[in-house]
Amino acid sequence: MSTVEKVAAPKPRKPWAATPIDRSKTAGIILAAALVSFAVVAITPMKGKLAYAAIFFTAYIIIDFVVSYQKAGRPAAVDSLFRGLVTTAIAIAVTPIVSILVTVWSRGHKGLHWTLFTKDMHSNSFTDPVGQGGLLHAIIGTFLLVIVAMVISVPIGILTALYLTEIRGRFTRPIEFLVQAMSGVPSIVAGLFIYAAILIPFTKTVNGIQGSLALAILMIPTVARTSQEVLKLIPSDLREAGVALGGTQFRSVALVVVPAARSGLITAMILGVARVAGETAPILLLTGGSGTKNYNVFSGSLGSLPNYVWQAFSAGTPESITRAWAGILVLLIIVVILFTAARVLGNRKVGKK
Amino acid sequence: MTTESEENQGDEMEATTSKGSLSEIAAARQQKQPGSNALGVGLEARGVHAWFGEKHALANVSLDFWPGTVTALIGPSGCGKSTFLRTLNRMHEFIPTAAMAGEVLLNGEDIYAAGVDVTKIRLKVGMVFQKPNPFPSMTIAENVLAGLKLAQLKIENKDDLLEECLERAGLWAEVKDRLNTHGGALSGGQQQRLCIARALAVRPQVLLMDEPCSALDPGSTLRIEETISQLSSSVTIVIVTHNMQQAARVSDYTAFFLSDGGPGQMIEVGSTNDIFSRPKDERTENYVTGRFG
Repeated sequence: MSTVEKVAAPKPRKPWAATPIDRSKTAGIILAAALVSFAVVAITPMKGKLAYAAIFFTAYIIIDFVVSYQKAGRPAAVDSLFRGLVTTAIAIAVTPIVSILVTVWSRGHKGLHWTLFTKDMHSNSFTDPVGQGGLLHAIIGTFLLVIVAMVISVPIGILTALYLTEIRGRFTRPIEFLVQAMSGVPSIVAGLFIYAAILIPFTKTVNGIQGSLALAILMIPTVARTSQEVLKLIPSDLREAGVALGGTQFRSVALVVVPAARSGLITAMILGVARVAGETAPILLLTGGSGTKNYNVFSGSLGSLPNYVWQAFSAGTPESITRAWAGILVLLIIVVILFTAARVLGNRKVGKK
Repeated sequence: MTTESEENQGDEMEATTSKGSLSEIAAARQQKQPGSNALGVGLEARGVHAWFGEKHALANVSLDFWPGTVTALIGPSGCGKSTFLRTLNRMHEFIPTAAMAGEVLLNGEDIYAAGVDVTKIRLKVGMVFQKPNPFPSMTIAENVLAGLKLAQLKIENKDDLLEECLERAGLWAEVKDRLNTHGGALSGGQQQRLCIARALAVRPQVLLMDEPCSALDPGSTLRIEETISQLSSSVTIVIVTHNMQQAARVSDYTAFFLSDGGPGQMIEVGSTNDIFSRPKDERTENYVTGRFG
């Protein structure tokens, strides 16, 4: 008798979500803040986009504070005050990023042309009209530089992190300190180091691998630091469980710890790539800037996108500057493609979450 | 204070003689749906459903919690009893995909009604979690009084409150000489009683306990159970437990939850005695006698 009868399930609702009235109130506050900012800019000497934004956010925070004070008292008002401050901070942080993207797109898309991806610059000059010559050599060069740098630095970085978290040998602390210090190395220093250590005494000429080595020096600390943080988050229960099943430390780390941290390790790799993809100083110094396609990182001048952009800007004509913006746009797109690919690979068949 | 609960039980006894068994009354209550009359006191769930995204986790639970009683929620893992518990103080909504339906009445007022201040609800309906979670940056004393700071409550004599809460949680004798040390040095059972003291300090009317003893040894479990019995006269307690002996020891009423692959449902509710000695439903009987689950 006490069996619950099957009742048609009611509609799921979210009583905690903002109601239309809440939403319209928020819209009203935003509108009021906007009006205040227009009024203040019109009356006072404060002018410009910055004045609008500053007054808008200040007014929004104040009005929101007063409204929630009226409605629910001081604690709720302080709550919304901090929500407003955090939102403003986010807006301030995001503005330059969005601004960069918009600028790059608006200036760069005029230079986008099919030939960018099919031709190189061996028979054209930067001052030629847009549509002649292309970036193929630079795209190939950047991919080669970044991939070779990744092949060198990701294993070294992750193994360093494994030393710091799993082996925890005598040198853990000094190495941890060194890795932290190295993450602040300016890129030109890495470039000069390779220049002095390899280019001057041995090769005496520019080539791709020297650039990749300099980039690897910059990537290793980023990859190692991030991997270390990720590996630290793996509960020690898992390590103990692996060892308790009779695995050696190597088997336990390889089969349990690293797979559990996999998506985080991929993030570490992405951050490393992000650190170096647009790096210019060591490249200018070490790889040269050929306008011709070169698939061999071990010999010959290797063009790259940062180098292309630098050369195009230096040429200084309207055509060449449009080319430079298009080059930046392509570089950004490549970085996005790399990130997306790494994310997709990292999330595939991951056991947890 | 104990007389109050005995009186309550006395009322129930009368009800039993006049209207049939407690479980019949409980089953009748179970049919209460959103919109029907409120008892007006205590906590009442009316036709509560819960969802996680598309997954219907809990279907149509109606259950009353009378002031001064201990109600145990039992059932196998994944039957929705913890989810149900978390709908009672609006912790359910922390999961982004969560949704619900039905009403939860506290003293006759729906805690999900528009304009209800959720922080006030959680002040009245406290919670003790499965794993002891004293705040690591605070001393024992600061932990107990943390709720006052978090909710910005003013109080005249903090020392009295501190002693009272630790006393009620059965911890005072063990920690009175080290109130200013950090809570992390306590044993698991002591930490859990510290968490109970912390929950009591804001004077909740209801205390929800989500498997409070599952991480503890039998000795500590016994201490917590004694604490629950002492508290039951002044606080309404709802406890989720996997330990049926515990349910039998500490609770006045027991509700059995089960999922048959679909959403979890409440199969049966009644006095703890009835549920364990003469359950109405075959599935309840199978579960409490240990034949499955």
